[in-house]
Amino acid sequence: MSDARTTSRAAPVVQTGPVQWAKENLFNGPVNTALTLISLYVLWLAIPPLVNWALIDAVFTPDPATCKAASGACWGFITEKYRLMLSGTYPYEQQWRPVVAMVVLLGLIGMSMNSRFWNIWLAAYWVVGIVVMGVLMWGGVLGLPYVENAKWGGLPLTLILAVNGIVFSFPLAIALALGRRSNMPAIRAVCVTFIELVRGVPLITVLFMASLMLPLFLPEGMTIDKLLRAQVGIILFTAAYEAEVIRGGLQALPRGQFEAGDSLGLSYWQKTGLIILPQALKLVIPPMVNTFISMFKDTSLVIIIGLFDLLGSVRLAANDPMWRPFYVEGLVFVAVIYFIFCYTIARYSEHVERLARKGERR
Amino acid sequence: MNETQTGATDGNDPIIELRKLNKWYGSFHVLRDIDLSVARQERIVVCGPSGSGKSTMIRCINKLEDYQGGELHVDGTLLNDDVKNIDHVRREVGMVFQHFNLFPHLTILQNLTLAPVWVRKLPKKEAEDTAMHYLARVKIAEQAKKYPGQLSGGQQQRVAIARSLCMNPRIMLFDEPTSALDPEMIKEVLDVMVELAREGMTMICVTHEMGFAKEVADRVVFMDAGEIVEQAPPDRFFDNPSSERTKLFLSQIL
Ligand SMILES: Nc1ncnc2c1ncn2[C@@H]1O[C@H](COP(=O)(O)OP(=O)(O)OP(=O)(O)O)[C@@H](O)[C@H]1O
Ligand SMILES: [Mg+2]
Repeated sequence: MSDARTTSRAAPVVQTGPVQWAKENLFNGPVNTALTLISLYVLWLAIPPLVNWALIDAVFTPDPATCKAASGACWGFITEKYRLMLSGTYPYEQQWRPVVAMVVLLGLIGMSMNSRFWNIWLAAYWVVGIVVMGVLMWGGVLGLPYVENAKWGGLPLTLILAVNGIVFSFPLAIALALGRRSNMPAIRAVCVTFIELVRGVPLITVLFMASLMLPLFLPEGMTIDKLLRAQVGIILFTAAYEAEVIRGGLQALPRGQFEAGDSLGLSYWQKTGLIILPQALKLVIPPMVNTFISMFKDTSLVIIIGLFDLLGSVRLAANDPMWRPFYVEGLVFVAVIYFIFCYTIARYSEHVERLARKGERR
Repeated sequence: MNETQTGATDGNDPIIELRKLNKWYGSFHVLRDIDLSVARQERIVVCGPSGSGKSTMIRCINKLEDYQGGELHVDGTLLNDDVKNIDHVRREVGMVFQHFNLFPHLTILQNLTLAPVWVRKLPKKEAEDTAMHYLARVKIAEQAKKYPGQLSGGQQQRVAIARSLCMNPRIMLFDEPTSALDPEMIKEVLDVMVELAREGMTMICVTHEMGFAKEVADRVVFMDAGEIVEQAPPDRFFDNPSSERTKLFLSQIL
């Protein structure tokens, strides 16, 4: 084993440490050095006032008078109103119910995100969970007073709209994307028309139409409740966007994949389900998640049809004349909550992407 | 009994028969009056200049392309727009592509068992045994758990051949199976194909590997501009071609 080519050498030592890091990343060259200095200056200007406002001069007791006197943030507004902000118009004494329902929902979502739980039991847990959540939210049985869903609000409402939005828009989007590439002209036409129509109008319009115009078309006496209409609007809207994202993935697949499936005698649905979709969906995870995140935040538009989701409930809380000046603090509070959810989705999608690419090296 | 539907033909009938086959891409006449009949266990090599319609012709045989004139019978089945017939034919005809077209999201073993399980409805265990048998035959059994992207081109192409064989086809079509390979990998793929030919598989092979043609082909078919210009056994084809176009082609590639 003395062949010079096979004797191993140690990998070159890479210098590490904060000083080295800064040299390589912040001060390598005049432009970067200038940018670093400018950034430091801006931070120097921005951070102290922010810290002053948020912490040093802030008031943490729920007392409007002290708040008015102070120059900092009034976090007392949050301590005083957090229940209203989180649960919206849900009856005050019953607000433990949406909290428990939310814990159940988040627990189920957490389990679904972990591949260890991906088996038939998970489906069973979901069925049980959905029933439990339904009973908690609506009540009317087991001695729980009935709460109509127009009264639901706050974070549970946001989560319900978003989770249903994702779960139902996804298969619809796949169907639309496949339909748009179908050989059958009628199916293609329906899918193209739907996608282009829905994409062509703002979500607000879809929600407005769902709440104001839909009743005009329904037979006399028939009503569909407001929450359901908003939910359907969100699903259809998201599906149209997702469909185009998925179509991009379908188009990115080489023709050879379709031909290999055909030549093996696979039927259209076998080919689609076993070969095409798994690859196409994997390709479009990032833009797909992007659409879902954007939809998560767009659920806040339901306020225009009188539903008070997380963001809407802050407005509700700030309607209290004593607390009106502290609307901003409320917004910061819900912004943090939105961020936690959206950031979690983003990080999780990276994880899924890694999982999906495992072993595949191209 | 309706012979064109059942695939039951006696042993002397050609297994593939193209009669006056014509195909157009828009106004471009890509196949012109193709007449070709292939007997059971016959090995055909198709060659010709680029764009002459070789791929198009063999892709008609498993209906990856359709045609506008003439008739095409495969294994006693008339290939038309009848979906049943297409399914029947595709199950009996294996195809190997220039770019392998393995499924990158599945392991080698899954690539091989997918169609037997879903199309032939074999139990998973049985399909896996068959798959391992063919993987061993193409000398690649130890790679069964890997993904296609982790294999060399030559290995991938051998997997692709094994994948087709798992469906137990009566006919194998090859469309330039070695053209995308580095020179040192061509032989390993050709060896597998030679062995397959020896075992009596009916094969139509588009290739410019003239050594392979001389070694195994019963007949060499030369195409140019959408027509079959000449077909002959390899010794006559290479030593004494009758057409000027064949001579010109051979002078360019040999
Ligand atoms: N989908 C298509 N639409 C239009 N023209 C096509 C299409 N596919 C192939 N052609 C044309 O048909 C002709 C024959 O193509 P084909 O792929 O059969 O040639 P080939 O003999 O296999 O050539 P090569 O040796 O380059 O593979 C070519 O001129 C090609 O440009
Ligand atoms: Mg070709």
